[in-house]
Amino acid sequence: MLALFYIFIAVAIGVSFWQITRILNFRTSIATDKDNDVQGKLFLGFLAFLYAMMIYCLIFMNVLMLPESASIEGEHDDRLFNITFILIGVVQFLMQFLLFYFSFKYRGKKENKALFYADSHKLEAIWTITPAVVLVVLIGYGLWQWNNIMDLSDAEDPLIIEVYSKQFQWEARYAGDDNALGRGNVNYIKGINTMGVDMTDVNAQDDKQVTEIHLPKGRKVIFKFRSQDVLHSAYMPHFRAQMNCVPGMVTEFGFTPKFTTEEMRVQSEVVEKTAAINKIRKEKGEDPYVFDFILLCNKICGASHYGMQMKIVVEEEEAFKKWISQQPTLAEVIK
Amino acid sequence: MSEHHHKETFVTKYIFSQDHKMISKQFLITGIFMGVIGVFMSMLFRLQIAWPEKSFTIIEAFLGPHQNDGIMNPDMYLALVTIHGTIMVFFVLTAGLSGTFSNLLIPLQIGARDMASGFLNMISYWLFFISSIVMVVSLFVEAGPASAGWTIYPPLSALPQAIPGSGLGMTLWLVSMAIFIASSLIGSLNYIVTIFNLRTKGMKMTRMPLTMWAFFITAIIGVVSFPVLLSAVLLLIFDRSFGTSFYLSDIFISGEVLHYQGGSPVLFEHLFWFLGHPEVYIVLLPALGITSEIIATNSRKPIFGYRAMIGSIMAIAFLSTIVWGHHMFISGMNPFLGSVFTFTTLLIAIPSAVKAFNYVTTLWKGNLQMNPAMLFSIGLVSTFVTGGLTGLVLGDSALDINIHDTYFVVAHFHLVMGVSAILGMFAGIYHWFPKMYGRMMNKTLGYWHFWITLISAYGVFFPMHFIGLAGLPRRYYTNTNFPMFDDVADINVVMTLFAILGGVAQLLFLANFFISIYRGKKAEQNPWRSNTLEWTTPVEHIHGNWPGKIPEVHRWAYDYSKVDDNGDYVHGEDFVLQTVPLKDGEDPS
Repeated sequence: MLALFYIFIAVAIGVSFWQITRILNFRTSIATDKDNDVQGKLFLGFLAFLYAMMIYCLIFMNVLMLPESASIEGEHDDRLFNITFILIGVVQFLMQFLLFYFSFKYRGKKENKALFYADSHKLEAIWTITPAVVLVVLIGYGLWQWNNIMDLSDAEDPLIIEVYSKQFQWEARYAGDDNALGRGNVNYIKGINTMGVDMTDVNAQDDKQVTEIHLPKGRKVIFKFRSQDVLHSAYMPHFRAQMNCVPGMVTEFGFTPKFTTEEMRVQSEVVEKTAAINKIRKEKGEDPYVFDFILLCNKICGASHYGMQMKIVVEEEEAFKKWISQQPTLAEVIK
Repeated sequence: MSEHHHKETFVTKYIFSQDHKMISKQFLITGIFMGVIGVFMSMLFRLQIAWPEKSFTIIEAFLGPHQNDGIMNPDMYLALVTIHGTIMVFFVLTAGLSGTFSNLLIPLQIGARDMASGFLNMISYWLFFISSIVMVVSLFVEAGPASAGWTIYPPLSALPQAIPGSGLGMTLWLVSMAIFIASSLIGSLNYIVTIFNLRTKGMKMTRMPLTMWAFFITAIIGVVSFPVLLSAVLLLIFDRSFGTSFYLSDIFISGEVLHYQGGSPVLFEHLFWFLGHPEVYIVLLPALGITSEIIATNSRKPIFGYRAMIGSIMAIAFLSTIVWGHHMFISGMNPFLGSVFTFTTLLIAIPSAVKAFNYVTTLWKGNLQMNPAMLFSIGLVSTFVTGGLTGLVLGDSALDINIHDTYFVVAHFHLVMGVSAILGMFAGIYHWFPKMYGRMMNKTLGYWHFWITLISAYGVFFPMHFIGLAGLPRRYYTNTNFPMFDDVADINVVMTLFAILGGVAQLLFLANFFISIYRGKKAEQNPWRSNTLEWTTPVEHIHGNWPGKIPEVHRWAYDYSKVDDNGDYVHGEDFVLQTVPLKDGEDPS
């Protein structure tokens, strides 16, 4: 019923508007020289507004950004991003200037004549070739980096981890001493075997199912992703890593952690961001936030999509070995 | 002509009309109606984003069973973003924009009495109408409307166990889209045939206004890609209702293993984006065509680089059909394919840059007439540049990994296709309103409408890039579960305030539009002193468009401010209708 009330108010506003127009009689309709002058100046003003907003965002929202890449592979992502961003930033400032400045400068007057200027192959060649040359650089670096990230064939002794997704939870399985994962399929899901591991597979015996991912610093990790119900996407923003989890197939992604969690916590960008967050949390009376790497779901997967997360801990090799040795194998857990 | 004297009943004139001018108005009004729903939804979910799980009476009023004490349910949040996307992309910016202006302008600007098939044209509108009705009805089903995102990726969209909206709501969505695609195909074929066959004497392809080129190429992309979406939709209906496994395999949900074997959601993604990406240009190219025409007219200058503009429309159209994989870099498809799609995607920057530079050069040394349509066109170029540039970041597969499905993407596509296309649509409405209704819209309201819309569009979508770079995923009901995103809360509030401002500003437009239909000042025949053929028709609509013979065309559409050697206007005024023959010694442009 409340909806009806709102609709009634909207209609009432419409009707009163209708009545007002009777008085105004909607006289003006085509731009006069005065309009051209005012609107042209407004465009100049808008240019100032846009510049101010862009500069404000660039400076004051910098603290929001993700900190430096925590994976070795991600360093090139950051560099490529910076190159691209500076480039588009320059073009953006330039193009908006030309557009709005021309709109101001050439605002119409009765006595003015526009210049009949229909074509210039030279100019067009310039602005076809310039972007093309710039693109060669971006495409070249981009494709090299893409290959660098996605080609996992040459990784030496990588750590294999299966990341398993379902509504609305992550699970993970380490490959164990043989560093080979046992087969998995939804048909094997039963009781505590929540990831559907085929326990008749010899490779599965030493696999370890965990609720928190630990990674050793400096060793390449290859993630194998599976999903049991709908699409999910494993997003690890600090490592510049993301891959969809697709029911019916295994997808993979790899990276080498560069900093431990402890090292990240004292990094200047992280300290600054954490301080800003904690200031806000304190005002709301919430517990302070401590930085942690995180795995979140980034593909719409259902009502509680927004809650799906898992903590990732990066530690030194020693600490990792100790932690993993404490985890029980599947053979011990599932009889 | 005898057909002028046919007696018309109310039904044949206003409802089952076969006249392209009436059909274009029907498309526009339906599009506006759907647009109001789509924009209103976005304001509801913006409330939730800015003030998570806070109670609002307006949410209580409109969301019925899908809210608790004014707090919307997470399901409903997803449903709102899904239907907002669907309505805005298909119903407003495809049918509302292309349907309106292709229908209105194609016969008028090429010099034809009507579309090639008036009957099919009527069918096209009524199919669109039915699909709109089905979509609106789906909002009222018990479990809620489709809520798997506008991209409806299975298995989420295929399994009602996964999300309630994938029940009857999804079925209605699919039925509505199937009907919509039929409507779009019939319309597009009609546009193509009309442009090929019904051009008046002298209207060579190379003399057509750029609007015609844009609509023509748009129709071709639509015919090439919409059938693929239809097949994707049909296969999904099969998976949902008849037990096939095109997209589904190895699924365990609600405690049981489902029977599906051997399908792949990645197949759906390929089929969907084979339309989905060209769709961006189906939305955008008509807006760019409209803008080309309006910028030239109001700059009193020929459009700069007419042939380059046509070339870039064609290049964009061609490339648009071979870049769909850039939506799927991290879908699990072969990384080599990712490389190919990165390459083709970034190439689109070249023709897009040519278009942007050509617009700016057209303004240079012009005599700019700041009519509301002109303001919207300049605004379009601005948002097209801002949004287009970030495409260089997203199109690069290596960079896409970390910003895929974050708010950076949302900011990018809203600016480059959402806001740009909407501004183009408004530009078209302000410019051709006199042709549609024989009256003028109020310019002061138009100015206010423009400035509030542009400022709020930037206010919403510019800061959004940075939230995306902070790593915040889109389609989150709330980000309060992640303390690392606590620092974006204030920005979300600002963005929502801008969104509400922008939404409310559209009331100015609605008032101006509907009141002007009845009370606007009577229009002159050629109010904007334009060159194109539609302004040679009488203000009052008649069947067949021109009372006598169809005029012959003797020149291109852009002889604005053409001067002779003495610097005087060749034809005494700063515009020359396409129907005016060349003078002795006048260079054809």
